[in-house]
Amino acid sequence: MTALLEVSGLRVAYGKIEAVKGISFTVDEGQIVTLIGTNGAGKTTTLRTLSGLLTPLDGTIRFDGHTLTGTPAHRIVALGLAHSPEGRHIFPRLTIAENLQLGAFLRKDTDGIRQDIQRAYDLFPILGERAHQAAGTLSGGEQQMLAMGRALMSRPKLLMLDEPSMGLSPIMMQKIKATITELKASGTTILLVEQNAQAALSLADRGHVMETGRIVLSGTGAELLHDESVRKAYLGED
Amino acid sequence: MHQLPQTLVSGLALGALYGLIAIGYTMVYGIVQLINFAHGEIVMIGGFGALTIHLWLPGSTPLGAALPLMLIGGALAAVAVATAAERFAYRPLRGAPRLAPLITAIGLSIALQQTVWAFYPDAKKPRLFPQFHGNAFELAGNIHLQRNDLFVLVAAPLCMIALGFFVSRSRTGRAMQATAQDPDTAELMGVDTNRIIVLAFAIGGAFAAVAAVAQGLRAGQISFEMGFILGLKAFTAAVLGGIGNIYGAMLGGVVLGIAEAAATTYIQNIPGMHQLGGAGWKDVWAFVLLILVLLIRPQGLLGERVADRA
Repeated sequence: MTALLEVSGLRVAYGKIEAVKGISFTVDEGQIVTLIGTNGAGKTTTLRTLSGLLTPLDGTIRFDGHTLTGTPAHRIVALGLAHSPEGRHIFPRLTIAENLQLGAFLRKDTDGIRQDIQRAYDLFPILGERAHQAAGTLSGGEQQMLAMGRALMSRPKLLMLDEPSMGLSPIMMQKIKATITELKASGTTILLVEQNAQAALSLADRGHVMETGRIVLSGTGAELLHDESVRKAYLGED
Repeated sequence: MHQLPQTLVSGLALGALYGLIAIGYTMVYGIVQLINFAHGEIVMIGGFGALTIHLWLPGSTPLGAALPLMLIGGALAAVAVATAAERFAYRPLRGAPRLAPLITAIGLSIALQQTVWAFYPDAKKPRLFPQFHGNAFELAGNIHLQRNDLFVLVAAPLCMIALGFFVSRSRTGRAMQATAQDPDTAELMGVDTNRIIVLAFAIGGAFAAVAAVAQGLRAGQISFEMGFILGLKAFTAAVLGGIGNIYGAMLGGVVLGIAEAAATTYIQNIPGMHQLGGAGWKDVWAFVLLILVLLIRPQGLLGERVADRA
């Protein structure tokens, strides 16, 4: 196993407030790795820094042989790192089809793009049915499907999903979980950020628990799922 | 009422000119939420660029042959200055409080005016701009179409159609819409949003140059301060149409142009208001219209309510 992503000593601040205080972790090729933790733990900040939207104070990020620190976000996608942001962030006044095409913005293979759009429609039929409607008219869960489908359109080596289960019905959550499992089977590496620790840990090969900007506990998904402190703090058991 | 068709034709031509300038305000605002108050001066620079080409050409060149070259020259000058302003004046202030780029824009506007005043030959007074000779076209009965109005009535729709196709059909145009709606996420898709912002300034500059040539043909002269009132009117048109919306900008321009022409023609006929009509008061009525629209429909004619974007 080689590490596809290697983060070490990462520190990120908003002004004077340090949101990520020196974290290190790796994501091996073909794995699902999850970062769990409460609101404000620094999970989203970590992902936004990895994809180049935020500039770290300190630390290094190595991805597939490249050092990402200082690389603008639009170049990082080209290296094979896709980010489906928290809160979905679909383009509301573009159609669903146009949103998907933007996901493939850097690709030139028209036929491949068309096939991948079809694959997204197969995966989430509602997107195909409403392909030419403004994406802002979709429900929250449908927008989540679109955001995920759009992130896949760049054929990433590493897919970062930020809170894909947020606001979803239990049926939709099962659907998203099944999709993540399928993606893993087809060789996509996934870095998953979730507040729903149960769902995330049951999918993940490895997990890291974040608290106020630090990784406080790491282990395999199964280990963390059965860890007493995790069960107390994040799985609502006492 | 017999004056109505003529008023509409003249108003439409004037409005198309405003609309071309308003595009520049609305595109930049749509993408970086900046009111580029120096845009009127970009129009002025476009006018002087076109004039420079006219002065280089042999005096015997017919205006019809010179116009394309003048448009290119004007556009080159306006695009160069507009994109340089973005790069060196506005980009360093991205993320600064809103007031900083606004004050920079006003400062830039004064600096551009004074630079032309000081360094362009004989620009301390208005400089003559070539004009079409020959009679106006008679469309029907008593309706006349001036040759300079014909120029803008052909140029503006062509520009709008080209821009509409570019924005809605091309890959870069779609990236531009994405950047306007959500710049961070556009970056995540691989869009170089800095390039898109430069492009918005460039398109605004090119359209400004077309408007400057139209204005030069109409007035027969251009001056270093021509951008002030034109810029203010076009900004009004952009707000009127719904700032951020390119079709709104053109619609706002046309509504404003027709309203001005109508106010000039009709208000003096209203009993007791004869001294408030005529050309001298047209600017007043234009801004009265703006105030009314802002009271009744603050988002402008085609604008979206901010709440829709949450």
